[in-house]
Amino acid sequence: MKNSINERRVISVIVLNESSVLARITALFAGRGYNIESLTVAPIPDSDMSHITIATNGSAKVMEQITKQLHKLIPVYKVIEHEEMVEKEMVLAKFPITEHLSDVGALCAAYNGGIVNVGKEMIIAMVADEPKRIKHFIEAAQRYNPYEIVRGGVVAIER
Amino acid sequence: MQMSGAQMVCEAIIAEGVKTVFGYPGGAIMHVYDEVYKQNGFEHILNRHEQASVHAADGYARATGEVGVAMVTSGPGFTNAVTGLATAYMDSIPLVVISGQVPSQLIGTDGFQEIDAVGISRPCTKHNFLVRSLEELPRLLKEAFYIARSGRPGPVLIDIPKDITVDIGEFIYPDSVDIPTYKPTYKGNKRQIEKAVEAMKAAKKPLLYIGGGVVLSNASDLVRELAEKTQIPAVETLMARGVLGAKNPLLLGMLGMHGNYASNMAMSETDLVISLGARFDDRVTGKLSEFAKYADIIHVDIDAANIGKLVDVDYPIVGDITEVVEAMLPQLDGIDTDRFEAWRNILKRYDELHPQSFVDSDEVIKPQWAIERIGELVGENAIITSDVGQHQMWAAQHFPFDRPRQWINSGGLGTMGFGFPAALGVKKAFPEKTVINITGDGSILMNMQELVTAAEYKIPVINLILNNHFLGMVRQWQTFFYEKRYSETDLSFQPNWKALAEACGGIGYDVTTKEEFDAAIKDAIEQDKVCFMNVIVNRFEDVLPMVPSGGALFNMMLPQKVEGK
Repeated sequence: MKNSINERRVISVIVLNESSVLARITALFAGRGYNIESLTVAPIPDSDMSHITIATNGSAKVMEQITKQLHKLIPVYKVIEHEEMVEKEMVLAKFPITEHLSDVGALCAAYNGGIVNVGKEMIIAMVADEPKRIKHFIEAAQRYNPYEIVRGGVVAIER
Repeated sequence: MQMSGAQMVCEAIIAEGVKTVFGYPGGAIMHVYDEVYKQNGFEHILNRHEQASVHAADGYARATGEVGVAMVTSGPGFTNAVTGLATAYMDSIPLVVISGQVPSQLIGTDGFQEIDAVGISRPCTKHNFLVRSLEELPRLLKEAFYIARSGRPGPVLIDIPKDITVDIGEFIYPDSVDIPTYKPTYKGNKRQIEKAVEAMKAAKKPLLYIGGGVVLSNASDLVRELAEKTQIPAVETLMARGVLGAKNPLLLGMLGMHGNYASNMAMSETDLVISLGARFDDRVTGKLSEFAKYADIIHVDIDAANIGKLVDVDYPIVGDITEVVEAMLPQLDGIDTDRFEAWRNILKRYDELHPQSFVDSDEVIKPQWAIERIGELVGENAIITSDVGQHQMWAAQHFPFDRPRQWINSGGLGTMGFGFPAALGVKKAFPEKTVINITGDGSILMNMQELVTAAEYKIPVINLILNNHFLGMVRQWQTFFYEKRYSETDLSFQPNWKALAEACGGIGYDVTTKEEFDAAIKDAIEQDKVCFMNVIVNRFEDVLPMVPSGGALFNMMLPQKVEGK
């Protein structure tokens, strides 16, 4: 019963960059009972389109419906169900200035990042990595007593 | 040409060839109504409730195949229209509904009669627009009509802030539409069609499963040709009644919860379902795991999302029924029709065993008798609308529909109160036809204010009220599944139907015998006035066969056998 296994999937939705298009997409997920794990939106350079990346989960059948229902929306240009992709998520984290700068810097470097801002009271670091590794980073960061961690949501590109 | 936004709305309606618009004015849409007053390109019918306006436009659209248009004001005007939008959405009916909105600068301030119309209507329209500027209004009007009627049709809402209807600007109505993100698929995949045709030739017990999409695609003649050429037996859904015609020997009947025995058994035993514009609704399939258990499935639908939504499909074909069936027909030349003879004979035997029947009575009018009698008396010249409940199912089972668009009802949403206003729209489109709303004593009250509309505009539709003093369908379920606890379904307290109709400028008939029934129908047609025909029918009559909700299609509660049949 491969069909009924819930799998994490990432889809890219290319949409006309017009008002309420995001509302149409999130309302579709809510109305039909689909999950959104993460969602990012940004305009596509030199076009009137936007790129929405949605991480979701569901069986193959549910994924097929999500793709088809999204495609039915009038302002949706293209829906890409990612198979072979590079997937990254950015995270910003704020640490107390009392933590060792070099330790925090080394940790962030291990996750494709580094320290991006140092103030009187705190250190701000940025990392960008695969969502699975981001989970590890957040766990590892706990020992440096972070004030705040902000996840950016997933972006993906087909290989 | 320079004109106001309000004038643009009227010009677009005229340019689209719409002859009748239904609506109700109010503050936010007053400028548009001022232009409605000045123009003479279309007639406006003032319904007495916005829901009725949308249903009337819907009836007009279903009867003609053209886009229906309704106009409402902001706030409550719009919210009253929502049931109409949802009704049209569920049955894929092309509508353009124009709603007024508070002035742009007041949006978001909780202004008087402000409501987020595009937000509310998002899940019950095919698409909707909040107009942001006068410049985009002509294009959005054009797109609204195009989106409503193309692909899988549906209702489109245009919400226009009041200031935009006042502003003056250049009006050039576009000749064509180009929406890069919206390209419906009409032609089916050639290879898939070939495979489907091979499957039809190789099947032993194929079955045509005909849905409302055939009506929407105006493909009934082609589908008749397909059935006749292949001699494959067929079942129709509630929305497809009339496609093959009641006299067609290949038509087994309607399938589903209240389908006849032969249709439901055919679906249970077939080895190849050929689904044309049907969407495997739960009222059709019953228990999914038992549905067409032994069959491969060909599914032709213009909406890809319908394919594989509920059942796994072996031959998916995304496309317009007309285009796909046209492509199939030549490939079916020389198909061995004898191959299916044994199958046809089995189904014939099923129909002889348990025909669609009822036990008639001399003491009381049976609702099924009333419907069959209408068929005999008016038949081909009738267009039947209906409300929702037992009367709807009896009409679908017993009326001899012989063409598409002769049967107009709310199938998907199941909207009580749909039938009467829809009948007004139908009658406006086809004044020479006898338009009869088959309704119940529950449903009719949900839009009875339309008596006034019908009387004022002299739209003579007949409301045939099959009166059992119950909310009959719920009562039937209470009898079967709730140990006869008739919770809030007893309608013993009744209005004086005749007086009610007369008070609003119509006429009324009280009918208790078959003789009175014939006389009343004859008189109502001659009188040419809106009427309420209060027909007292057997109180505890049930709609049968019935597949209990969630049960397998082949497990039917059957009607009592009729002697000699």
